[in-house]
Amino acid sequence: MSIELKNVTYTYMRGTAFERTALKDITLTLKENSLTAIAGHTGSGKSTLVQHLNGLLHPTSGVVTVDGTDIAGKSKEAVDARRKVGMVFQYPEHQLFEETVEKDVAFGPKNMGLSSDEVTRRVKNALGFVNIDYDNYKDRSPFQMSGGQMRRVAIAGVLAMEPKYLVLDEPTAGLDPRGRDELIAGIMRFHREHNMTIILVSHSMDDIALMADRVVFMHDGRVLLDAPPTEAFFAKDAIKEAGLNQPRTVTLLNKLKEHGLDVDVASFKVDDTVKRIMSAIKRRKSC
Amino acid sequence: MLTDITIGQFFPGGSFLHRMDARVKVILLFLFIVAIFIFDTPGGYAAMCAMTLGLGIASGVPLGMLARSIKPLWWILAFTFLIHLCSVPGEVIARAWIFEMTREGMVRGFFLCLRLVLLILLSSLLTFTTSPLALTDAIEALLRPLRSVGVPAHELAMMMTIALRFVPTLIEETDKIMKAQQSRGVDFESGNFIKRVMGMVPILVPLFISAFRRADELAMAMEARCYRGGEGRTQMKVLRVTHIDYTAIAATVIFFVVLTVLKVMGI
Repeated sequence: MSIELKNVTYTYMRGTAFERTALKDITLTLKENSLTAIAGHTGSGKSTLVQHLNGLLHPTSGVVTVDGTDIAGKSKEAVDARRKVGMVFQYPEHQLFEETVEKDVAFGPKNMGLSSDEVTRRVKNALGFVNIDYDNYKDRSPFQMSGGQMRRVAIAGVLAMEPKYLVLDEPTAGLDPRGRDELIAGIMRFHREHNMTIILVSHSMDDIALMADRVVFMHDGRVLLDAPPTEAFFAKDAIKEAGLNQPRTVTLLNKLKEHGLDVDVASFKVDDTVKRIMSAIKRRKSC
Repeated sequence: MLTDITIGQFFPGGSFLHRMDARVKVILLFLFIVAIFIFDTPGGYAAMCAMTLGLGIASGVPLGMLARSIKPLWWILAFTFLIHLCSVPGEVIARAWIFEMTREGMVRGFFLCLRLVLLILLSSLLTFTTSPLALTDAIEALLRPLRSVGVPAHELAMMMTIALRFVPTLIEETDKIMKAQQSRGVDFESGNFIKRVMGMVPILVPLFISAFRRADELAMAMEARCYRGGEGRTQMKVLRVTHIDYTAIAATVIFFVVLTVLKVMGI
């Protein structure tokens, strides 16, 4: 089971002087239980791409299927298939509108027509996952919370719909380091414990290095590279063409090597990188 | 989608209409509109139509785009024509139910529609060839003499500029919020009236919040850059009347003389 895009092309403002093709013949499979990162420069088409995954945009040509169902059209199957994909936009805190945290998180599940017990259960669960204390915060106005908390409430609002696939568009943009770490930890926990398929859009290669088990680089509306992280982070040319940077861990190891430290550069996770540097230093001392 | 809308129809180009002083364009447009109503002979209309077509071609704006500006007023045109067709007394050419259609009505309706079309086309030519900012500058400059009677010319122009500046921003914002709420299961397309109105709440609340936030930030940014009203404020792009404008004014005067001659001769 997976989300599949077949030859998807999308053109904005078709038939006007401002026509612009944002996606060009994209074919991509997002497998279940994976955490795929889609990286690319501003304007590379990554946001346009993810809006196709739950039918907010329909391809100008090509097909998008979720678990084998074409999500275009108004049939019940298509609507149900679209509901399987939860979408967290950039700056999701800008979509909050209810008087209390509880009501806002319950908005999605209520629209699904669930019973009130089920709604409450889901709200509690979702808030628990983003580390917001239900009893303490449920009656507060979301607008009195800090930026990081507001974002987590907004994400809870999508999680409460218990989608099978979750799309996160730049989830860490504009957060302070602590908010970012907490959010990444929350996402990873959710991914592990629920086996949730996550599609992460980002241009922070450091975030991607921490989370993804598969990386897709986009450039100029096309897929430039689609590979596991062990390959993607070392594909220097593709990274450069996509207008991105290597993760800082990889850059650090390369710089050390350039300066004469005999270190194994094939690493991108922080712990692993530290280990390799330490062992290289020990080796140097012993000679 | 919502973002596919273009607001303000400025079509960048380098024709003489684009290079003319916006103030002169506004005044000449005003004169042309008056002329449309004064010179109501067939010869006059023919000359006006030729003039408008000529200007349209000279502006470099695709004629199809220019014609599309009539589209929103299509119903008004049809309605005007029908009313005249059926209400002007004269030689009856057709009957339908209680309505009598007359030859005189047809002629009168046709000319009235022609007037409206010319009016729309000429005004569109102004907005097609003038950037919104140049247009507000022109309005400010033209309203300046009225300041002595208490018209806040600068403030009005600044408000228009800010409003124009934020239209695309707010459209984008609305589009984003709509998509976010659609992803949370809001359905804007079905349900009865009350349900649909209630469906607007999750969009309007965040939209207002963001509009106020932006207004606050903008006010702060303006103050930080020492904005304190129009007193002694200079412009980056100063409007200047050049030889193109004098040529245009001269051409217009000659054109009006020709129209007057046509009218006097009764053509």
